[in-house]
Amino acid sequence: MKPINEVRSVMTPLNRKNVDTDQIISKEFLKRIERTGFGKYLFHHWRFHSDGTENKEFVLNDARFKDSKVLVAHDNFGCGSSREHAPWAILDYGFEVVIAPSFADIFHNNCFKNGILPIRLRVEEVEELLSKGESAAPYTLEINLEQQTVTGEDGKTYGFDIDPYYKQMLLNGWDEIALTFQYEEQIAAYEKQHA
Amino acid sequence: MAKTIIEKIWEQHIVYEEQGKPDLLYIDLHLLHEVTSPQAFEGLRLAGRKVRRPDLCFATMDHNVPTRNLPIINDPIAKKQITTLEKNCEEFGIELADMEHPDQGIVHIIGPELGLTQPGKTIVCGDSHTSTHGAFGAIAFGIGTSEVEHVLSTQTLWQSKPKTMEIRINGKLGFGVTAKDVILAIIAKFGIDVGTGHIAEYTGEAIRSMTMEERMTICNMSIEAGAKAGLISPDETTIEYLRGRRHVPEGEAFEEAAEKWLSLATDEGAVYDTVLEIDANEIEPFITWGTNPSMGSGISANVPSSEDFADESDKEALKKALAYMGLEEGTPLTEIEIQHVFIGSCTNARLSDLRAAAEVIAGQKVHPNVTAIVVPGSRTVKRQAEEEGLDHVFLEAGFEWRESGCSMCLAMNDDVVPAGERCASTSNRNFEGRQGAGSRTHLMSPAMAAAAAISGHFTDVRKMKLAHV
Repeated sequence: MKPINEVRSVMTPLNRKNVDTDQIISKEFLKRIERTGFGKYLFHHWRFHSDGTENKEFVLNDARFKDSKVLVAHDNFGCGSSREHAPWAILDYGFEVVIAPSFADIFHNNCFKNGILPIRLRVEEVEELLSKGESAAPYTLEINLEQQTVTGEDGKTYGFDIDPYYKQMLLNGWDEIALTFQYEEQIAAYEKQHA
Repeated sequence: MAKTIIEKIWEQHIVYEEQGKPDLLYIDLHLLHEVTSPQAFEGLRLAGRKVRRPDLCFATMDHNVPTRNLPIINDPIAKKQITTLEKNCEEFGIELADMEHPDQGIVHIIGPELGLTQPGKTIVCGDSHTSTHGAFGAIAFGIGTSEVEHVLSTQTLWQSKPKTMEIRINGKLGFGVTAKDVILAIIAKFGIDVGTGHIAEYTGEAIRSMTMEERMTICNMSIEAGAKAGLISPDETTIEYLRGRRHVPEGEAFEEAAEKWLSLATDEGAVYDTVLEIDANEIEPFITWGTNPSMGSGISANVPSSEDFADESDKEALKKALAYMGLEEGTPLTEIEIQHVFIGSCTNARLSDLRAAAEVIAGQKVHPNVTAIVVPGSRTVKRQAEEEGLDHVFLEAGFEWRESGCSMCLAMNDDVVPAGERCASTSNRNFEGRQGAGSRTHLMSPAMAAAAAISGHFTDVRKMKLAHV
């Protein structure tokens, strides 16, 4: 997993609540047996009309947000299924950071396993960013995981909380399974005790 | 100190704990299916790792299997996923109920059927409806593929201790009101993210009088309220369901296990972080009208109007949802016409669900504008239903009688609702495009879906039942 610390990028404002994993990656794209190549299917049914042409109204098709690494959305982002294809699609498309007031639990967990930084900010703060991201587009954000800050191009800085364990995972790009192998003795002891 | 069942099971499974870290939890049962496991097995191979406890894993094929013309799979990519699972199970020594195995079925239906699901266990699967198994008093939750790989190689997971929630259903359910109506009403009342960060325990008189199959329907949709898991303290109903199942202990050992299981129930006076309450008598047969599971109402209501909401973003969400669903504000729900009926899914495809639907349709015909299918949750359910003659009831009414699988719940196989058409569905999600691009899903109980199949529009099944009496 690629370590992540500082990200500087235009933000993509996706002003919707309850963005579910069926929208992030629709089920017709879940049949692949690889982890890669899902980016081109991200938000497929919002990005494309049923005849395959681009939906110009959708934010990902707006040229001002091309090459954006930061997605900003509203409450309860990633609700629905456990499919890790959702964060795989987000990462493969090019997003490294997702900012929202709240995330669904399984999606939130899945982000940390893939080097995506999910940032929870207060609702007012996210709404402020969404508003700047829409009215002053393209609007650039600087994210610093070490410092736990998001800074707008007007200099306003927002602090965020993150679980220290997951922060270290992301900063170092650790392989969690390799870390867990260090607890082999405890796992074996547990198994012996409960056999 | 009095403890909830959630705390008891959690504490019993801690392998390692340290300040500032999540707990390292032992996992007792790992269920696998074809869609969320291939990348995990590939990860093991690339790193030269093995499966630590193949004996604690069980696999089946459900998400993209066809429900007719078995064993032919027309979609080559789906077929590759199926053969990949066969290959992986063989290579790593994992028991598999493949497409034609007599035990095959939706993973959350067969776990309980086989007695793999037991009180006090920690159960995971790469599927969010793993919460179903909580009905037995287990901590059961969905995980991503990286976590599937982690469990395969270590039989553990790092998990931050969730908050505890009690969802109490007071009083008795009214005539014609089912478990599905209860969980849909809970989600509509409290919202699709009320459970975020929590494991929920369902309590109250209505829950205690439910069968295990009804309890599974309730726990199944915990994730639709945002909860990581949902469970119910074991009681005699739980014990009697498990007695004699293939993977539970026998004889004296069963009685010992039963005693231990019953002791897991939440202690009198235990305190939860959050408590929600709902009165059973305020719940009527329920359907959804929108594009997430909280957008639902009792059948006697109308499609909401924007005046019903104070918040601007809620008004906007309503507008978007109704535009997608092709509905007008204020339309009585009973006037909405449908083209499809799907009776199936891990929420409502057990024997009692099929019986409930069959009771409503017996001797009647599916409306000429409606295509209706029944997809039993497992091959065992299908066999049992056929032994009772339920297949004839459905076929004579004009339903299609299919093989088991997830089918039209998420439409990964050929069972798809066409764009712009409307489906009365016993499944769990009504997100945009869930049953096919542009499809319009309305969630409800098997009895309500059966009533809609006959009348061609949503119907209060209680009136239909009373007409029978």
